[in-house]
Amino acid sequence: MDLLGELLKTFFETLGDVLPIAGILFGFQFLVLRERIPNMKRVLLGFVYVLCGLALFLVGLEKALFPLGKVMAAQLTHPSFLIDYVGDVLEWDDYYWVYLFAAAIGFSTTIAEPSLIAVAMKARQVSGGAISIWGLRIAVAIGVAIGIALGTFRIITGTPLHYYIVTGYIMVIIQTIFAPRLIVALAYDSGGVTTSTVTVPLVTALGLGLASTVPGRSPLLDGFGLIAFASLFPIMSVMAYAQLSEWRARRDARANKEGD
Amino acid sequence: MKKQLLAFLATLLNSLRDLTPIIFVVAFFQLAVLQQPLPNLGGLLVGTLLVILGLTLFIRGLNLGLFPIGEAMAYAFARKGSVFWLLTFAFALGFGTTIAEPALIAVAEEAAKVAAEAGVITNIEAEREDYAWWLRLTVALSVGFAIIIGVLRILRGWPIHWLIIAGYVGVVIMTEFAPQEIIGIAYDSGGVTTSTITVPLVTALGVGLASSIRGRNPMTDGFGLIAFASLTPMIFVMAFGMIY
Repeated sequence: MDLLGELLKTFFETLGDVLPIAGILFGFQFLVLRERIPNMKRVLLGFVYVLCGLALFLVGLEKALFPLGKVMAAQLTHPSFLIDYVGDVLEWDDYYWVYLFAAAIGFSTTIAEPSLIAVAMKARQVSGGAISIWGLRIAVAIGVAIGIALGTFRIITGTPLHYYIVTGYIMVIIQTIFAPRLIVALAYDSGGVTTSTVTVPLVTALGLGLASTVPGRSPLLDGFGLIAFASLFPIMSVMAYAQLSEWRARRDARANKEGD
Repeated sequence: MKKQLLAFLATLLNSLRDLTPIIFVVAFFQLAVLQQPLPNLGGLLVGTLLVILGLTLFIRGLNLGLFPIGEAMAYAFARKGSVFWLLTFAFALGFGTTIAEPALIAVAEEAAKVAAEAGVITNIEAEREDYAWWLRLTVALSVGFAIIIGVLRILRGWPIHWLIIAGYVGVVIMTEFAPQEIIGIAYDSGGVTTSTITVPLVTALGVGLASSIRGRNPMTDGFGLIAFASLTPMIFVMAFGMIY
């Protein structure tokens, strides 16, 4: 009964998120475009699926993943856990379980992120299969893993956020010069899509946990910034993935020629 | 009917596979690193089941509803040929989907606490609510603006990297002048704006527009709207921090 109540509550909350969007879409469709929507019934059914799907997804996360993940983030960052392993004075390299956890949780939540699945599906369709769904998703997930691990390192060492971000920007610009033209726009997009429903709550819990237990950090000032890392590094990893595929294709082509 | 059921089962299996890494990571850290039992196993199983079912329905709905309508509207706007209405739609979509975004509401409340702590505003509830509301409005405006720029780019065929690099330069310059305590929030606000419903819609819109305009390539021109929507909030929020 409790579960049913939660489901209903989340359903209506999701409805509240979807309604304005549906209002804008159908408003413009009927008032400005004045056209009938092709397959209206199917589209409406799709909206109902999206609504129910998101509600179930959120309730499930809230029931299974978030409580455990948040407790784990708090426990792993807690000095008493760390001191068990290393001793009294904590240096930045004593936090290795935190880095590993950050990378693992970044990678695995990104693989489950619905909006990334959506973009990957579109990218495969548009590229005629040249970009595979899994290739893109894994490339993005590796980027998020590196980003969040580096982000926790920043919180632990207390170095200014903008140094990392500006360096990241310079890397992105350099990679843009060398990356295949076709991938650039998609790579830029993959920065924004990674951080939503699944990733944000867990990563935020990790950041706040770290910032409130590491000596000298304030959760209010230092807890932010992990999301920024998680949206910057996938841009680099996706471009790197494209560069690597291109390089391998060229190498294979050369090998074939020599074989002839 | 049977075919549909099979397709549904296949998507269900895919969803299960998508969740395997998380289950593995959580179990490993809980059992091997923290060396604690998994609490409330029943709730965990039910929750995981719901997540799998939810993801499956969402993906089905994406293909049935969100993608088709995003593309159909892009084609219809291209046929209509009115740049004014297209841009109005772009702004409405960006603004409307962002203002009510739950992740943004959470971040705005956090930000108000930071501002109160730093002494930018008095630490009373009304002041904090005011601050959070103006911050949300700022971010929503910036996303509306971003989608307008992004759509204009598709129409005109401007190369994306020049715009993004200009945006980066904007972020770096603003970082110099913005108050220290807003920077972390500003950088994060770029990532939280784009929700699970917005992303597929905006992507379909971009790809649809780029495929219906002659001389545009859906791969190089269709993507990129999300990128703008995650870049402009940083600049706008830092400006907000300087003005407020």
